[in-house]
Amino acid sequence: MLMGLFNNWVVVVLMMIGLYIVIAHGNLIKKIVGLTIFQTSVFIFYISMAKVDGGTAPILMANVTKYANPLPHVLILTAIVVGIATMALALALTVRIKEAYNSIEEESIQEQNTKQASELDELDPRSDKY
Amino acid sequence: MALLVVIAIEIARLKDLFAVVMLTGIYGLISASFFVVMDAVDVAFTEASVGAGISTLLMLVVISLTQRSEHPVRHRPVVALLVVMFTGSMLIYGTFDMPYIGEGDAPIHIHIAPRYLKDSMQEVGVVNVVTAVLASYRAFDTFGELVVIFTAGVGVSALLMTAGRRDDKKPVGSINDSMHKQHLVLRIVSKIMLPFIMLFALYVQFHGDYGPGGGFQAGVIFAAAIILYTLIFGLTSARRVINQTTSQLVAAFGVLLYGSVGLVSLLNGGNFLDYNVLASNPISGQHLGILLIELGVGITVASVMITIFFNFAGRQVFQKNKDT
Repeated sequence: MLMGLFNNWVVVVLMMIGLYIVIAHGNLIKKIVGLTIFQTSVFIFYISMAKVDGGTAPILMANVTKYANPLPHVLILTAIVVGIATMALALALTVRIKEAYNSIEEESIQEQNTKQASELDELDPRSDKY
Repeated sequence: MALLVVIAIEIARLKDLFAVVMLTGIYGLISASFFVVMDAVDVAFTEASVGAGISTLLMLVVISLTQRSEHPVRHRPVVALLVVMFTGSMLIYGTFDMPYIGEGDAPIHIHIAPRYLKDSMQEVGVVNVVTAVLASYRAFDTFGELVVIFTAGVGVSALLMTAGRRDDKKPVGSINDSMHKQHLVLRIVSKIMLPFIMLFALYVQFHGDYGPGGGFQAGVIFAAAIILYTLIFGLTSARRVINQTTSQLVAAFGVLLYGSVGLVSLLNGGNFLDYNVLASNPISGQHLGILLIELGVGITVASVMITIFFNFAGRQVFQKNKDT
């Protein structure tokens, strides 16, 4: 009886691992991988919902009456392809960040930003320091 | 299922990004086989070609463009762990209200799904219900998603486009110039396999009405064939086969094809993307409409993926030229 919810628990665990990677890791590529795991957990959630015991894949055949729900399949099918397209966009941004900052670690990017900002402050004659 | 969790934990732990990317590929493959178990063959098909194929390749290219290992974490992971634990336990608490997996009378199976399963044969005349819903009932959504993919392709081009014209004049060292002289076996095997991969993509494209498959999967598989060619024979020769500008134009053509099917049905007196009016017989009109828009989807997905890969690979050449 408890096995009926097993898939949902795995989804929750995967989702939380993904979320943890996004929060705790500074590396931008690692963050994107974390987002991918998060995304896949949602896919698994939808597909598990579509399952019907004793049913088959939703391709109509003679003498079969029970099919899995086709609607979540449609939604997730397109979501996967859209997901790879947006991931490519994120990776492209990462490449540009690497070229601009020579790093893809969050801390070092932030350090460089604050350093640059303070340097600009010192150069600015209207700054309060003078 | 438990394997997925193990792999995800390993991904979180490992510092070597190369290993992380490889594990992501395995993760995609395992989730694809899980989708087969759950009777979602179309989704499994897509996940196997996207999750285990293209996304791993793209990440590998990006790692070679940036760096291979991750620096040790300097955040306080305890706080993150607490947040994650809390959210997770709330979600688990929420699952106790969920219907059990596989129950036929869960709310999700009651409302619209029976209609799709019962009437789509008379209304659309396509055996694969997933294709019927994707390309006919919810064609408007699919159009929007196609535009999203196209926009992402344009975005990647805008971010990574190198001043290609200058590079074209002098002979550019392709990414694997040194490699494709050495690896004779790879070269010959891939040469034998390429036509079959492309043939398979076409089969998936046009067989989508009767079995698992369709424009999205076919586009990704076709792009995988071109990317394989690029990896083995180098970017320069691949660009000679498929011009990058052409592939961008072709991507736009796919979206236009999709949209114009909608417009033609509008002009024939139906609603936008209502295929019944495309031919004298509603069923053959539906068949024609689905065939055309799946073609549009396939063309756009394939050329957007090729464009994205060319842009990443071209950036590599650009960086190398700048360094030397």
